[in-house]
Amino acid sequence: MSFIQNHIEKLNKNNRKALSIFLTAGFPNKAEFVDLACDVIDAGADMLEIGVPFGDSLADGPVIQSSFTESLNQNITLQNSLDFIKEIKSKKNIPVLLMSSSNPVYRFGLEKFAKAASDSGVDGLIIPDVPIEEYNDFFTDDLNRFDKILLTTPTSPEERINKIDELSTGFVYCVSVVGITGSRDKFSEDVIENIKRTYSLIKKNKMLIGFGISSGESIKRFSQFSDGVIVGSAVIKSLFNYNGEYNKTLELVGELSSACEN
Amino acid sequence: MIEPNYNYPDSSGKYGKFGGRYVPETLMSALSELEETYKQLKNETEFLSELNDLQKDYNGRPTPLTFAKRLTEHYGKAKIYMKREDLCHTGAHKMNNALGQILIAKRLGKTRIIAETGAGQHGVATATVCAKFGLKCIVYMGEVDVERQSLNVFRMKMLGAEVIPVTAGSRTLKDATNEAIRDWVTNVRDTHYIIGSVVGPHPYPMIVRDLQSVIGIETKEQILEKENKLPNYILACVGGGSNAVGIFYPFVDEKEVELIGIEAGGYGIQSNKHCATLTLGSEGIFQGMKTYLLQNHNGQVAEVHSISAGLDYPGVGPEHSFLKDIKRAKYFSVTDDEALEATVRVSEKEGILIALETAHAFAHLEKLMPQTSPGEIVIVNTSGRGDKDLNTIIQKLGSKFE
Repeated sequence: MSFIQNHIEKLNKNNRKALSIFLTAGFPNKAEFVDLACDVIDAGADMLEIGVPFGDSLADGPVIQSSFTESLNQNITLQNSLDFIKEIKSKKNIPVLLMSSSNPVYRFGLEKFAKAASDSGVDGLIIPDVPIEEYNDFFTDDLNRFDKILLTTPTSPEERINKIDELSTGFVYCVSVVGITGSRDKFSEDVIENIKRTYSLIKKNKMLIGFGISSGESIKRFSQFSDGVIVGSAVIKSLFNYNGEYNKTLELVGELSSACEN
Repeated sequence: MIEPNYNYPDSSGKYGKFGGRYVPETLMSALSELEETYKQLKNETEFLSELNDLQKDYNGRPTPLTFAKRLTEHYGKAKIYMKREDLCHTGAHKMNNALGQILIAKRLGKTRIIAETGAGQHGVATATVCAKFGLKCIVYMGEVDVERQSLNVFRMKMLGAEVIPVTAGSRTLKDATNEAIRDWVTNVRDTHYIIGSVVGPHPYPMIVRDLQSVIGIETKEQILEKENKLPNYILACVGGGSNAVGIFYPFVDEKEVELIGIEAGGYGIQSNKHCATLTLGSEGIFQGMKTYLLQNHNGQVAEVHSISAGLDYPGVGPEHSFLKDIKRAKYFSVTDDEALEATVRVSEKEGILIALETAHAFAHLEKLMPQTSPGEIVIVNTSGRGDKDLNTIIQKLGSKFE
């Protein structure tokens, strides 16, 4: 069993949902990024997703796009992102995933990327613009050593969800809403219905819910139909108010973490 | 070289290694539905005759193939013909695609239409068909383009469309396309995205090509009627590449016809301020397709430049990447200044004000014509008219005509 899946399994056995926190690599500040990541883990994150900035990301809303812009202004690259992960992994023994649009990875060279990412201790890959149709084209044998987390959405019919479950390793990423990343104030009943449907269809993997989750309250609402949650935009938003202290962000992570306890 | 019978894309939407569907999962069902619906429609008599009627009675097809007598005399070499897409309703080839896609949207039962636009020609074409069919229309347009193509912005609004200026990135066509795709990800259930070029995820490059290939089909008939032989050269400008693929595609199997695409060289291809994707790009994955792309070595898409908003795009349709790699088509670039000169030349010699995009193809005649001989034929796809560019032209050349 993969490190990621095993980690979620253990948390679930201890009556806890897994909390995965998304951070944009190098944001808000390159020099302090690794410290921020470690503090976020200490504040209660069970896993981290490190996002590689990309100026033309199709699945991201304004908050994450803005963080990408800020990060690109500091010249953060895929290699920098891998270097951050290496340092985080040397300090903390939890799963760390790399999340990226396909192009930075493709441009890096898949074979070269596999070596560099493996050297950095990357546990899994989330590449949101590689659907099952392009799985074989993109995830070449070089990338076998990493867990590949594929996404389901409310528009995915049952047979696609089955296939996504079959091809995914580590966990399946259940996108809660039809849309791009970003906090939502409220979720309609069909969002809950779809999460229930997806959870019942995922057999092989653990399932984490992401997109739009911003508070302990929203976690409480969803967590019974999942094995964990992913929070991105809400955390990134809190980092835009950065003034040398991450207190607001760490408080938010603490609140999210408490909500993951059953 | 090319297979005897060119048959692309393959069943997975690929042109060799290019193309595909690199999009978020949210869109996959919509893309499959679009592909299935299109497969049915393209063989359905009712759909084809409705489209034909619209092309004829609303769009003004077939467009003429005009012999450019004085331009031919100017070079004193091969005969030059112009395929007059500038005479399509609303002033460019974009209408060929918009008409087909609005019929597809109707069949899909979608009530809301979105589009991206650069020069505004595709935005105007989409707003026009939405007005004609009574559908809600939202057009994404980069802020820079909103400014330099203000006449088209006004036209779109008059047609009842909502124009949303895009302030992200380079604020041009690339960013408008990103925003349109994000809108589609969010509203995919009731919305059809009318992409304006042979770009994006499969099946779009195929559908847009098929709808635009009416240009090449007519051209072939017309040149055979006028000259009783095929042309030696076909020239077209390439941004995303829809007018080029449209005229190339029916000639791909005619190996003696040289297919030449002209990209925007901006301030010159040494300047870093250009859109010569096929000349200088590298393989990448962008806006749903694998294709040649102008990007830096970290995989960030480059900020590009062209005087013509319609060519101001860092990617290119995957079929062009493929046609380049199999050496079936050749691609060159010309600069902003060369395009401006060509605009004036064609205006003075032929009495036709061509679009700045189209002018790139005409500018290449300067290099091509000396290599041709009097018995040969060159056809230039005259993709659009230049009224929309008068602001830019006055800015650049105004003093010359005072």
